[in-house]
Amino acid sequence: MKTRLVNTALPVALLAILGLSWEASVHFFEIPSYILPGPWEILKVMWQRMDLFAAHGVVTLIEIGLGFWLALVVGLTLAVLIHASRIIERSFLPLIISSQTIPVFAIAPLLILWFGYGIGSKVVMTAIIVFFPIVINTVEGLKAADPDTLALLQILEASPGQVFFKVRVPQSLPFVFAGIKIGVAVSVIGAVIGEWVGAREGLGYLMIHANAQLQVELVFASIFWLSILGMGLYGLVVVVERLLIPWRHGGSNK
Amino acid sequence: MKKHGGDSLIQVEDLSKAFSRGSDTLQVLQQISLSAEPGELIAIIGPSGCGKSTFFNILAGLLSPDGGSISLNSKKVPHLRGRMAYMQQKDLLLPWRNTLDNAILGMEIQGEHKRMAREQARDLLKTFGLEGFGDSYPQELSGGMRQRVALMRTILCKKDILLLDEPFGALDAITRSIMQKWLLKVWGQFGPSILLVTHDVDEALILADRIYVMTSRPASIKGSLQVDLQRPRKITELDMVKCKEYLLGLLEDELTVPEP
Repeated sequence: MKTRLVNTALPVALLAILGLSWEASVHFFEIPSYILPGPWEILKVMWQRMDLFAAHGVVTLIEIGLGFWLALVVGLTLAVLIHASRIIERSFLPLIISSQTIPVFAIAPLLILWFGYGIGSKVVMTAIIVFFPIVINTVEGLKAADPDTLALLQILEASPGQVFFKVRVPQSLPFVFAGIKIGVAVSVIGAVIGEWVGAREGLGYLMIHANAQLQVELVFASIFWLSILGMGLYGLVVVVERLLIPWRHGGSNK
Repeated sequence: MKKHGGDSLIQVEDLSKAFSRGSDTLQVLQQISLSAEPGELIAIIGPSGCGKSTFFNILAGLLSPDGGSISLNSKKVPHLRGRMAYMQQKDLLLPWRNTLDNAILGMEIQGEHKRMAREQARDLLKTFGLEGFGDSYPQELSGGMRQRVALMRTILCKKDILLLDEPFGALDAITRSIMQKWLLKVWGQFGPSILLVTHDVDEALILADRIYVMTSRPASIKGSLQVDLQRPRKITELDMVKCKEYLLGLLEDELTVPEP
């Protein structure tokens, strides 16, 4: 209990110190707010323009949500296929890995061209970023089954399907969630890049728009809201993980 | 050591196995022969690393022998899989399954209805000293309890042959002696034939009807001993001490430290 309190208090304290020194420097050096607004001013904008952020935030959230589900379905399917077949593993895996060397920025304009100015291109962009850690971690997880346990199942005359669903799938869950956590943390990037390159709504669009008009406090407020959005999604994944993998958390050291 | 018991449940004859590593071949088993009657508790003792586990893996069908034969009710079979359940030193409990669901793994795989299997397992919790722990996950149980869950899973496979490969080897001495009592109780209640591998002479003497002594690698059967003593046995009884002396005599050559 005590360590938990310390674990929450420490980052909060650090954040407070950083915020206070930021606020102090802005006043001390008399930095104009169109270069760098202080955190207090940003917080005020975040609160006062709530309706604006809510409207654009919902759009970004939908893009991230749809992109994430697309990545999850494609990623898990690919991982299972890669696990099931050596040929698929040998042909797909190198391509999947090398696909990640292409910066998403580079293909963003193409995606706009193919999937349109609307939500589609952002969903695809998010999915491209998110599916990679999910595929790689799930493949690792499916491989991770203990050989002695597999031998036990063999002696019990289990079918390949039974081995898959009774051992490999539950065994891989912690790995899958490790991948999902990385994916969800970077999912915001995909949606925002998509909105930068071409959009009419969303927090990324709002940022670009505000930047062009030197409304720097609005830019910062958008960044803060994006960060809160990302953290909220991450927290949601952690909650789902605890529900789906109770054996990893419930009373381990008794 | 040849036997001609026509009515033996299991008859193993001249089983041999070698592993090749590069150009070297490592002879692990050399003409192992033994037999087990229905309902008999057989112990196999020998020095660590002598190939006892290889022998069991052949019986379980995880490895195939180079030579020799296995017969079941006088019929030659490639292995005992389908008729036997196997328990190892590692409990191999699935961490995502609670006690009941771990115990019914074998039944579930054999296609039994999950709910009915759970009912049966629940009725057995008391027999295995796991009352009140049916819903606990393995990581919440002590080593002895985990091993009892593994024993329960083995019994619930409902096979008439159990292969136990140093099942209590990882437990402390006190827990081990308690587990031996559990095993005898469960054996008395369900009556399977048991082949038990151990390197603990006392454990073999306390449990077994018959004890085979294996040599160090390449393993062969050096001798056997029929133990016709009343259970529960105490290792300090005079007859037991005599048996132990005889077994240690057989093992002596295997236990000497090789000259440098």
